[in-house]
Amino acid sequence: MGVKLLLAKAHIEGIRSYDVYRREGGYQAVEKALKTMSPDAVVEEVKKSGLRGRGGAGFPTGMKWSFIAKPEGVPRHLVCNADESEPGTFKDRYLMEHIPHLLIEGLIVSSFALGSNNTYIYIRGEYAWIVDILEKAIEEAKQNGWLGNNILGTGFDCNIYVQRGAGAYICGEETALLESLEGKRGNPRIKPPFPAIKGVWDRPTVVNNVETLAAVVPIINLGGEEYAKIGVGRSTGTKLISACGNINKPGVYEIDMTISVEEFIYSEEYCGGIKNGKRLKACIPGGSSVPILPANLLLKTAKGETRYMNYESLSDGGFATGSMMGSGGFIVFDEDQCVVRHTYTLARFYRHESCGQCSPCREGTGWMEKILLRLENGHGKMSDIDLLWDIQSKIEGNTICPLGDAAAWPVAAAIRHFRDEFEWHVLHPNEAQVRNFGLAHYADPLQVPAGA
Amino acid sequence: MAKFSEQQMKEFQRLVNRYPEGKQKSALLPVLHLAQESFGGWLSTETMDYVADLLQLEPIEVYEVATFYSMFNTQPVGKYMFEVCQTGPCMLNGSDEIISYIKEKLGIKAGETTPDGMFTLKTVECLGACGYAPMMQLGNNYREHLTKEKVDAIIEECRNNAARNN
Ligand SMILES: Cc1cc2nc3c(=O)[nH]c(=O)nc-3n(C[C@H](O)[C@H](O)[C@H](O)COP(=O)(O)O)c2cc1C
Ligand code: SF4
Ligand code: FES
Repeated sequence: MGVKLLLAKAHIEGIRSYDVYRREGGYQAVEKALKTMSPDAVVEEVKKSGLRGRGGAGFPTGMKWSFIAKPEGVPRHLVCNADESEPGTFKDRYLMEHIPHLLIEGLIVSSFALGSNNTYIYIRGEYAWIVDILEKAIEEAKQNGWLGNNILGTGFDCNIYVQRGAGAYICGEETALLESLEGKRGNPRIKPPFPAIKGVWDRPTVVNNVETLAAVVPIINLGGEEYAKIGVGRSTGTKLISACGNINKPGVYEIDMTISVEEFIYSEEYCGGIKNGKRLKACIPGGSSVPILPANLLLKTAKGETRYMNYESLSDGGFATGSMMGSGGFIVFDEDQCVVRHTYTLARFYRHESCGQCSPCREGTGWMEKILLRLENGHGKMSDIDLLWDIQSKIEGNTICPLGDAAAWPVAAAIRHFRDEFEWHVLHPNEAQVRNFGLAHYADPLQVPAGA
Repeated sequence: MAKFSEQQMKEFQRLVNRYPEGKQKSALLPVLHLAQESFGGWLSTETMDYVADLLQLEPIEVYEVATFYSMFNTQPVGKYMFEVCQTGPCMLNGSDEIISYIKEKLGIKAGETTPDGMFTLKTVECLGACGYAPMMQLGNNYREHLTKEKVDAIIEECRNNAARNN
């Protein structure tokens, strides 16, 4: 069993309620931080912990916090990103549903560190019942003196509010989220200025993911240095992985980033192997935006080394032969799945979610969807594959926000690694309507170049 | 014209009070949710104008928001809306078959409402339930691990609820 810091107590009967959470040691991090530490000392611990943002980009949290501007007399805000809409990702939901007080506790400590007296949780609108769970937890925390004015007699005031979104993936992007929080359409802002300087209502703002803010609790309890000893290299601490697709035990798992991808997929403790005794064909290891890998490159790097479930190892080989940790949305494909069809659904997703501000993203996502549908339905031409490649390359890097890249990468990776499956759809259009390409050579051991 | 009840006005005030002075526009999304729930599951122009008035906004500020977010319906919908996820991870677990089954069972296409105004079918993108696929949103809750039998039971349940409430 690996170390568990966030979900260790998530299955205790009644842990959703304040009394049980408190009895199990909850709110000790608030006591420790508010009574014995200065805000800067909390930031320092988070820096030492090596914690990296769990929302997808992996930016060091302590460093992000130290960038927040502190102009005289201007309120600052912490905003928790609970928009969770990246296909394959459902970890924040799990945490909030099972152990909501952990998030509230993390928010209080983080608000203290940043000087936020009014903190907002922006949650995707579809998670309607979780709004109730969170509001109940906030109310309980308030009644027990952990929120409100002059918390623990320290003079620190803090309120937490839950803001419901209304169905827009783009509002997970932090500047779109802030626009939405201001009651506008979710159109990402041009950066700079960064939210740390000009965020919500033009005030300095930090946006962090749910899991990131929950991780602040064990960091304060253990101390940053102890936290940093868990994991490996720059992948410190634990990470929540939401596993789905064709596996025996889909669900949310907390890993300590020292286990191999193979162990994660096949061990009983985690995914429990591929469903129906089938073979593994491919996997998108970090949410729909990150590159898909065929089985062989997933389990081993191009150098023939074991691939591990951490930031560095998952991205080993760059986009040519690697992928990314991303949001931790782990999507597994068995041998009977069609990569072209799956890629089509993702293209449709990004077309639907593009806010429409930049033409490469607005137009490009629509074209990619159309061409992929044509290929999937057996009406594609060989030149369509090159056209797809061309379109994705023209979106990447040419847009206001990273949704453009996020739409381009899955298409690029699918063609890079599964080109023969695309070609088969063109060459055998009728057959492709009745069966899938299958496993082909995607699990065959790779030739490791000499001297690699 | 429909107006918020006293109870709903209280909720409205609670929502507006969460933001700094003069930033009441921030309450727009939560207030639109409240309005949609209160006035028949969709936002008519009248409703949007009412919300604009309450929040001291120009009507256009409300229209442009209502049309941006997929959860706001600017057309009437059925009493029960089946919002079935069709994105990749659900597709890997058979969402296509579930969607076809619902279409067949209700005799409507995606985006349509049954003639009796009871059911609307909407295909949606990832709802954050990928590990519990196939799935749909029904009202404020999720229905997960869908099978044909479960779909039958849900339709039955809705019909019974509707009969009871009449
Ligand atoms: C299109 C898009 C969608 C995103 N969706 C989310 C999301 O749902 N949740 C999240 O925490 N971060 C999301 N992000 C990342 C945020 O912009 C931001 O980096 C993150 O909330 C920072 O928090 P962290 O440093 O704690 O990860 C998204 C980014 C993009 C470009
Ligand atoms: S890249 Fe796409 S989603 Fe992002 S701002 Fe441009 S059009 Fe909008
Ligand atoms: S893909 Fe259907 S819920 Fe995520």
